[in-house]
Amino acid sequence: MKFSIQVNEGPYQHQSSDTAYQFTKAALEAGHEIFRVFFYHDGVNNGTRLTTPPQDDRNIVNRWSELAAEHELDLVVCVAAAQRRGIVDEGEMQRNGKDAENIAPGFRISGLGQLIEAGIQADRLVVFGD
Amino acid sequence: MSEIKKFLYVNRKAPYGTIYAWESLEVVLIGAAFDQDVTLAFVDDGVYQIVKGTDTAGIEMKNFSPTYTALGDYDIKKIYVEKESLEKRGLTVDDLLDLKWEDEDEDWAEKDSIHVVSSAELADIMDDADITLSF
Repeated sequence: MKFSIQVNEGPYQHQSSDTAYQFTKAALEAGHEIFRVFFYHDGVNNGTRLTTPPQDDRNIVNRWSELAAEHELDLVVCVAAAQRRGIVDEGEMQRNGKDAENIAPGFRISGLGQLIEAGIQADRLVVFGD
Repeated sequence: MSEIKKFLYVNRKAPYGTIYAWESLEVVLIGAAFDQDVTLAFVDDGVYQIVKGTDTAGIEMKNFSPTYTALGDYDIKKIYVEKESLEKRGLTVDDLLDLKWEDEDEDWAEKDSIHVVSSAELADIMDDADITLSF
C-alpha cells in the first residue's frame, strides 16, 4: 500500500512525531511505500538540524534524516508553518533576508499543495497529532 | 492529477488558544485550488470557530472569522456542524456565521452552506470520505 504521513506536532513536546516515525519505519519494513511525509503545525520543528537532545535520548531529527537517506523518503516541511517557526533553508534564507538556515538533511521546504497532492496520490493519508 | 477524492476537514478546536484552527483554514484555502470534493465538519470546541460576532481585539490576534464567510467563493459549500456539540455549549444555528454559496445552475441563487447534523450522521459523512484531515 502507498501511504502518506502527516506530522502535526513538535519533537520531544509530543509523542506524535515518535509514533509517526515508528509507523513510517514499520510500514517500510513491511514492504509498503511512503509517498511523502508532510510536516505541519509545530511538526515543522522536526526539520531543524540545530536540535541537540541529551546523549542518552533519541535524536528525533537525525532519525528522520537517516530514514530518508536509507529509503529516499520525501520529507516536506510546510513553508507557511516553517516561516512562522523559524525553520529555514537556503532559498528561504535569501528570500526573507535571514542570516542563517537550519534545515536538516533530507528535508525540504514546500507549500501546502504538497499535502493535498500527498492525499490524492496515496492510498491512505495517516495523520499524527492532537 | 485528474482523480477527484473526497477531502473531509474535521475542525475540533477553539479558534484561538492554539493555531490549529487557523492553519486548518490555510490548508482548506490552498486545497480548494486542487478541484477536489471538499467537506468541512465542525465538532467539539471547533463549533466556536464559526460563531458570529467574534472580537479578538483583547487578545491581540488577527480575527480570521471573515475568512470563513469567503469559503463559498472557493466553491466550498458542504459545511456540517455537529448538533450535540452545539447543544452542549448552549449554541444554536442562529449563533453561527451565515455562510452561503451561490448556485451557478440556479441563476446564482444564494444557498446555506451550513447543515446541522447529528453525531451519527457525521459518522456516515466521515465513513464516506476518502481523506480525513483532523485539526
